[in-house]
Amino acid sequence: MNRKIAIAALGTALALFAGLSFYRSRHLREPLVPGPSVSRVARLGDYFGPLRGSVNDVNVYVLEGKEPGGTILLLGGTHPEEPAGRLAAWIFAENAEMAKGRIFVILTANRSASTVTRLGGAYPPDFTIPTAWGGQKFRMGDRWSNPLDQWPDPEVYLHYPTRQELAYVDIRNLNRAFPGRPNGTLTEKTCYAITELIRREKVDIAIDFHEAELQYPVISTIVAHPKGADLAAAASMFISSVEGFAIGVENSPKALRGLSHREIGDATDAISLLLEAPEPFLDATRGRTNRELLLDGKDEFVVRAGKRGLLFEKIDEKGWPIDIRVGRHTSTILQILEIWSGDNPAKAVVLSGIPRYGDVVQNGTGAYLKDPKTVDLAKLFYE
Amino acid sequence: MYAIVTVLYYLLTAYVAVLLVANFLKDREWQKEILYIIVLIPFVLRLLRLK
Repeated sequence: MNRKIAIAALGTALALFAGLSFYRSRHLREPLVPGPSVSRVARLGDYFGPLRGSVNDVNVYVLEGKEPGGTILLLGGTHPEEPAGRLAAWIFAENAEMAKGRIFVILTANRSASTVTRLGGAYPPDFTIPTAWGGQKFRMGDRWSNPLDQWPDPEVYLHYPTRQELAYVDIRNLNRAFPGRPNGTLTEKTCYAITELIRREKVDIAIDFHEAELQYPVISTIVAHPKGADLAAAASMFISSVEGFAIGVENSPKALRGLSHREIGDATDAISLLLEAPEPFLDATRGRTNRELLLDGKDEFVVRAGKRGLLFEKIDEKGWPIDIRVGRHTSTILQILEIWSGDNPAKAVVLSGIPRYGDVVQNGTGAYLKDPKTVDLAKLFYE
Repeated sequence: MYAIVTVLYYLLTAYVAVLLVANFLKDREWQKEILYIIVLIPFVLRLLRLK
């Protein structure tokens, strides 16, 4: 009997240890200091009532200029395990000074996915971006919605409305569930709410931030819906010539359903674009999966894979640090907005205060994160 | 429909957890007792909505 009690106590201790770690990770609050142009903070549930009060009823930061113009949607955190996208969107929400037009910023499009890490993946639960005031901690997150919020997965996932058969696990993947379904799963409802936001706010361009493993052919690129092909091509040319890095253009394939760059463009009047930056942390051949790899992007095994010609992007011992990845996203957005505004003066979106690639690489991402301790608690928002 | 399936899965999880506890109490080999307890942990974490 004593032995059983001892073993049960050991099991309880293990469950407590693990449970506390999971609880802390799921409930880590990330403070955001709204920037000078944030005129209001809506909720995604405002655009689709059934989402209200759920884990994915996330903040929508509305940045407005003094003059009217076009409307842009920036989607961060579609895949929270691709942090450069969230951080780039964060920089816009905290720093942008709008002169013309509006920008809607969602930092954590799939908040549920940000509260879990990959099962069996040994991911770190969180990471910290160093700043002059100490550092800001973010949840690590995963590619898929948390099974605590949407479970079980079916044997077969049929995308709505096309009924295309996709990988079963992608029923929890926000970027395989667009344009969404009002009576569907949490992930489908979230996509539906985002699509409704785009329709009701008459968004001109929806841009979805991502990162990709170097073994994935769609990398360092802008994936563009046919409506945005010219805009993406022009941005690619300008970026490659003046920003200090190269970025390609891919056409959104018609035959692959559920992705934001295809479905948003098909279902709404908006141009839909998706940005990919390189993230060695996601590569299957990576070594230890830790915070250093996430932030420095250095991995000897991925480098070896590159030397054997197995990658679709270059990598060397310098890796792909987070600042380079974030800077690629901020500069790409700025170039897209500048070209769009030049071509569409009545729908221009003009802003300042956002660092370009060179600035982020030189000063670090943390230089553009605001210290929440300097702001009245009532003015903070939490992700 | 999805909500009903989810509830059924939680009931299944609770059922398996009860079976594991019953087997843990019944068994006399310490190796199997440890095995039952370790296998039980993810079921408990799911029922408590921690993982």
